Amino acid sequence: MQPDLTQELLELVRLTATSLPADVEQTIAAARDKEDAGSVARSVLDTILRNVQMAREHSTPICQDTGTPIFYVDIPAGWSIREFRRQIEAAVAEATRRVYLRPNAVNSLTGKNTGNNLGDEYFPTVHFHEVDGDTVTVRLMLKGGGSENVSTQYKLPDTRLHAGRDLEGVYKVVMDAVYQAQGKGCAPGFLGVGIGGDRGSSFYAAKEALWRTLDEPNPDPELDALERRITEDANKLGIGPMGLGGKTTVMATRIKAIHRLPACYFVSIAYMCWAYRRHTMIYRNGQVEYK
Amino acid sequence: MREITIPIDDETIRSLKAGDTVALTGVMMTGRDAVHKWLMDTFINKTRQPQGDDLEVYEAIKKILDHGVLYHCGPVVSGIETGDYKFVAAGPTTSIREEPYEATVIKHFNIKGVIGKGGMGPNTLKACQETPAVYFHAVGGAASLIAQSVQRVLGVYKLEFGVPEAMWVIEVKAFPVIVTMDSHGNSLHKSVLESSQARYRELIGA
Repeated sequence: MQPDLTQELLELVRLTATSLPADVEQTIAAARDKEDAGSVARSVLDTILRNVQMAREHSTPICQDTGTPIFYVDIPAGWSIREFRRQIEAAVAEATRRVYLRPNAVNSLTGKNTGNNLGDEYFPTVHFHEVDGDTVTVRLMLKGGGSENVSTQYKLPDTRLHAGRDLEGVYKVVMDAVYQAQGKGCAPGFLGVGIGGDRGSSFYAAKEALWRTLDEPNPDPELDALERRITEDANKLGIGPMGLGGKTTVMATRIKAIHRLPACYFVSIAYMCWAYRRHTMIYRNGQVEYK
Repeated sequence: MREITIPIDDETIRSLKAGDTVALTGVMMTGRDAVHKWLMDTFINKTRQPQGDDLEVYEAIKKILDHGVLYHCGPVVSGIETGDYKFVAAGPTTSIREEPYEATVIKHFNIKGVIGKGGMGPNTLKACQETPAVYFHAVGGAASLIAQSVQRVLGVYKLEFGVPEAMWVIEVKAFPVIVTMDSHGNSLHKSVLESSQARYRELIGA
């Protein structure tokens, strides 16, 4: 008999909306220390850090745009995916009622907001994977609309940017995305980059890349070097926090390369705002753990 | 940090320069995508007939916006079921989506300040010079912090647009903002864009 995890999932939603992960908060604090004393950039980062603390203390949303709830569920064989989805939906609706989430699901044709964050099979988004063993792992990412609006996809070669089908071409288009975004995606941000795939899977990989924690290097040395180069060079642009100028524009880059079609070479950039909200819930032998 | 009270007079607006930090106190109103579309269609371009309480709401918001402040914000609000509204999270939303309408809206209502994030374009900057008005930048995502400066929710119009899209009338105290577009044609967004463009071209060799 599959247990009802609605309450545990509700706590995952609350935690993700109101408490920024430790690695993200530490990275923002380090960026704050690098900005000049008395600068607009430092004052913006100070405000952000105060806000993060306040949200955690009051258990209120870090950002009012609580975003698209994107769930990744590793589920043991024999569990019902339909039942699990129902529990996720119940948790999301209850989290909205308790104002951990803003009602964010809008019917694209009528413009009507459903009021409870439940739309269709895409809202909330849930990705299921069947795994060995009996542990259930649920990862939740909340991604705001402002950062989603500056996320973008390129098709290589790109003649405007003289970007070919290689990692140098990837570098150029990612730098272009950061430049185009300016402060509009709530800089300083984090870049999830998907290389390859079709148009859909390319974006999926870009978001998946954002799950690697900030202290963990890319296992591929070549991609690791590219990640560091992009972050470093993006910070030379001087766009700064909120696009008001400063040394910190991008706090980290995360790249995931997947197989592509011979004819296609997509590069997708999932721009993540500073409010990089992601948490994991692990359920094993009746015990729940959050990270 | 300068303390400014709403309603704001023209002299005060003219004295503000891009880069100034300001604490705003007084009554303001939220309005974003759906509100701008509704205002443009119903009262400015008049491509849509006023319906329901449209005219009544229009008269009410005219008083709030004259010498007033419009906040691009889709808040998280508690007490929706009871009507005992409280702002829980209320950071700014991206303003550039309203660029096609904002210059007209600013002039139509004699708005003195627009609060949002990300800045706005040349039409709004021109309207800021002519009206005069300024663009105030709030820290994007600082939603819990900003909600603390909201003392009271005085009312709401067009809740049927949805909680994020409705017009919330709020009383704020020491709401922290930065002037990024002033009434003298200066835009911090424009200057950062230009300086970042030069560096971007060098880096990618374009």
